[in-house]
Order: sequence, then C-alpha cells, then structure tokens
Amino acid sequence: MILDELDRRLLNIVQSSFPVSAEPYKVLAEQMATTEEEIMNRINKLKEEGIIRRVGGVFDSRKLGYKSSLCAMKVPVDKLKEAEEIINSYPGVTHNYLREHDYNMWFTLISPSEEAMEETLDEMRAKSGCEIRNLPATRFFKIKVDFKLKN
Amino acid sequence: MGMITELDKKLIRFLQEDLPVTSRPYAKIAQELEITEEEVLSRITKYLEEGSMRRFGVALRHHKVGFTANGMGTWDVPEERAEEVGKIMASFPEVSHCYQRPRFDGWPYSHFTMLHGQTREECEAIAKRISEATGITNYGLLFSTAELKKTSMRYFMEEK
Repeated sequence: MILDELDRRLLNIVQSSFPVSAEPYKVLAEQMATTEEEIMNRINKLKEEGIIRRVGGVFDSRKLGYKSSLCAMKVPVDKLKEAEEIINSYPGVTHNYLREHDYNMWFTLISPSEEAMEETLDEMRAKSGCEIRNLPATRFFKIKVDFKLKN
Repeated sequence: MGMITELDKKLIRFLQEDLPVTSRPYAKIAQELEITEEEVLSRITKYLEEGSMRRFGVALRHHKVGFTANGMGTWDVPEERAEEVGKIMASFPEVSHCYQRPRFDGWPYSHFTMLHGQTREECEAIAKRISEATGITNYGLLFSTAELKKTSMRYFMEEK
C-alpha cells in the first residue's frame, strides 16, 4: 500500500496523541480539514493493511507495578525454531528478535513481580536448555515510541 | 500511579485493546463498564498526566512504514560517565530507547540504544556519530535478522 500525504499526516498526528474527547474522529477530521467518515475509512484501511497495529494506550509497566527486562539468550542454530516457540508462548514476552551475535535471541519480558520474572526465566531455561541472561535496566534515559514519517 | 482500583484495572483492560472505529468509541467502553463517558475520558487524561499511560495513540508496524533496519547499539561506558553519556545518546532523534543495564562475564557493554534507520548503513552512520559525540569507542551494533514477536503487553489479565 502506498501512503498518500493525508495518510502520513494522519499517522503522524495519531501516533503521539489520539484525541481523548467524546468524538475523536470528528476532532481529527477538523484538524485535517476533512470529514469524520474519511478519517474512519482511512484508519480502517490502515488497520486492514497491517500498517496500524492498534489504537490504544501504551502503559508504563513500572507505574502499573510490573517489572520489565531485556533478556539475552544463546541458542544453537539448529534449535532456533524450538526456542522461538518456547519463548513466544509467554504472554509477558512482548518483543523478540534474532540478532547477529553469540547471544542471538533478544526478548523483552514483563512480569507482575521480580519473583514471577525469575520463575518464568528458570522455566524458560529448563524447557530450552539454553543460557539466558536477565538484564533489567538500572538507568532509564529514553523511551520513545513514535516515529515521524517523512513526506 | 496511586492506588490502582478494580475499575482502573477493568478500564486498562479495554484501553490496551484496539479502540473501536465508531463516532463515540469512549461511550462504547463506558457502556461496557457501566460508567459515564466523561468518567472514561477523565481517567484516560489522569493516566496520561501521571504517566502511568505513556501515550494514547496508534501503534504502527514500523517495518511497514520504511523503518526497516533496527540496530541495537551496545556501549562500554565507564561508570563515572554513565549519566552524562546516557543523556547525550538519548538526545539523538534516531535513538528510540536508551537504557543502562548490568554487564556480565564476556559482555563489556553497559548502555543500550535502539537505533532506527531506513537501511543498515544509515544505522551504522548513526552509531558512528554517537561514538564521536560521546567519545565511547568500544561498542557493538547488533542488527535484527528476524522479528519473532512484537505485541503490546496486556496487563491485569492473570487475575481476571
């Protein structure tokens, strides 16, 4: 799908701040000098095309009382598929990437408590037979979640 | 966030899903929760103000909009410069996330930066500029070769 100028403007606005008011699509339509129907159609289309994953809240896991971490795992090449299935089966695993390094699988894990996180990691180690390093952040410098789209 | 009430948890369970595309989406959530639309709106505003909700908006699939290369920069920063260097790294617009994490045997890197660019070369150039700006020369750049999972966390599901 080719994004036209209106799509890009719309995406740039709604990434950082989707209107929190009774009729949000109408507010967007006014901001962009178009109709509410046009905005709703475009958002539906962008969802169908898989460009928009969802519209909703992004929460700060720490402020909701959860613990989060980045984990580095060393997986033998012939066991990658198996490890992927094990790791991805946990709902607290929100991101998982293969990367070019001896530690080749990197995933983020969010758990309701420190103890729950350790339990989960032990279970993952037992199931996969792989080494997993738990690297919870000790200092936070930046967490940014939107991307400006160039025209 | 202060006390998280049962109502907060119920509302968060809705807000972490996909907002309906209908004229009054918040009224729809309010109806499900048997509260008013105003109550839904004022709670969302409160979550944003206190930071328990970092933002309310659209989540994109970045590789679908041209941000195809993602490199994790890993940096060996002396502890006495940790704070200062972290701030410089965070000031780069191409850096989306920047954290300090523990070192371990065989892993000399303390600082992690997620770098986003249209190509691999672009990421490498960003890392080089960060190195020049900070004076940190021992670093790695781990490119992703596959995205195995990317989803939003769903909170308060275990006690539902």
